[in-house]
Amino acid sequence: MFNTNNLSYRAAFILLIKRDLTIAIRHRDDTLNPLLFFVIVVSLFPLGIGPETNTLARIAPGIIWVAALLSTLLSLERLFKADYQDGSLEQMLLSPYPIFILVLAKIAGHWLISGLPLLFVAPLLAVLLHLPEQSFGALMLTLLLGTPVLSLIGAIGVGLTVGIKKGGVLLSLLVLPLYIPLLIFATSAIDSATMHLPFSGQLAIIGALLVGSLTLAPFAVGAALKVSTN
Amino acid sequence: MWKWLHPYANPEVSYHFAGKLQVWLVRLTVVILSIGIIWALLFAPADYQQGESFRIFYIHVPSSILSMGIYLAMAIAAFCSLVWQFKLADASAAALAPIGAVITLIALITGSAWGKPMWGTWWVWDARLTSELILLFLYLGVIALHNAFEDKTLAGKAAGILALVGVINLPIIHYSVEWWNTLHQGATVSKFGKPAMAASMYWPFLWCFFGFACLVGAIACYRFKTELLARNSMRPWVIQLLTTKEVQ
Repeated sequence: MFNTNNLSYRAAFILLIKRDLTIAIRHRDDTLNPLLFFVIVVSLFPLGIGPETNTLARIAPGIIWVAALLSTLLSLERLFKADYQDGSLEQMLLSPYPIFILVLAKIAGHWLISGLPLLFVAPLLAVLLHLPEQSFGALMLTLLLGTPVLSLIGAIGVGLTVGIKKGGVLLSLLVLPLYIPLLIFATSAIDSATMHLPFSGQLAIIGALLVGSLTLAPFAVGAALKVSTN
Repeated sequence: MWKWLHPYANPEVSYHFAGKLQVWLVRLTVVILSIGIIWALLFAPADYQQGESFRIFYIHVPSSILSMGIYLAMAIAAFCSLVWQFKLADASAAALAPIGAVITLIALITGSAWGKPMWGTWWVWDARLTSELILLFLYLGVIALHNAFEDKTLAGKAAGILALVGVINLPIIHYSVEWWNTLHQGATVSKFGKPAMAASMYWPFLWCFFGFACLVGAIACYRFKTELLARNSMRPWVIQLLTTKEVQ
């Protein structure tokens, strides 16, 4: 499987994603736990705040998005940790393929494993929180455009902290401030949809964040991994 | 230009240069800042709407401008150290981060002290305030990452990458006023445009601003020197310098 002598960039990219997905399928718990965390955190809020429909509907976008940030943060640590510990990360950096491609493949794999499932669970949670029907489209679109940004920006933090022994708390300290603009625009898009207003402006900005981080973040992750593996 | 800059790549030369610069900056700070503060607090006219409490402006605005400026300086230093592998740029970025964090904190505290009489509340979730808070978090992240590594060279590189990533935040802070229209008043002072305030208020502000800038520069020189001593503690010139100082 790993005879990588004459592999095109695309083949290397697909190979790496396949490898990550295979690992994820064989360790199902690691994949499911952040998702379970997402569901539990969201269901704690009605218990803490009270079951009034109007209040819950008002704060639903924020709760779902904050829970998505936190559960992404939980799954992020896995992104490079195992590869760093067993040395395969170093082999990837030494391979003749550009780090950009390899890092992008790792991030894409992470999104498929931990970002995409959020999209399937989010509508259910939105129903639990009485989110108005007209906001569902906005919720799904912001999650679709926004979760890749979470993986991309988060990967920078993981790259920086992978070599540190207790990097988990530090990772959240580094990454969460960088998520704030995304959180603001995503929730404001959903709020606009709730008020029957157009939300294409906010979506465009989230799209811009996605394109910007897609082009820049892999470089930063590559540089960070080089520092971490020394 | 490279020929002129070249000797300063030597830590010993730039240590002494920073020392000289620090002396001058301290003198400038004392003169400019005392003129600016006395002028601003005693002689500048009170605002016709906000009264005397407007005078905190002379501390709040310089510190909030500097909080972003220091971040930019830190990011430029980090960029130089990552691209051209200047070890000294790395030391200066490490020297700047805690200063920036404190200045940001000052901007936030004076801002909320000003907000209480003006808006009737200590804190408003307005875009600019929030961005300033994010800036503080970014500074704290850079400092925390710097402390997490044992090896200071690696720490500098990692913190540098984070500083460069965080620099994306600076334009968001700057344009947030236009993006979200909220309680915070628009920018009063711009460098190029005509200031939206009377000259009798504008001049003391300029003195205060440059006074604070010199103060930051002086502290930065001091921290840069300490950083150099700590990083080169095994070098003969540092040992010689410290032992001769002890003799005095």
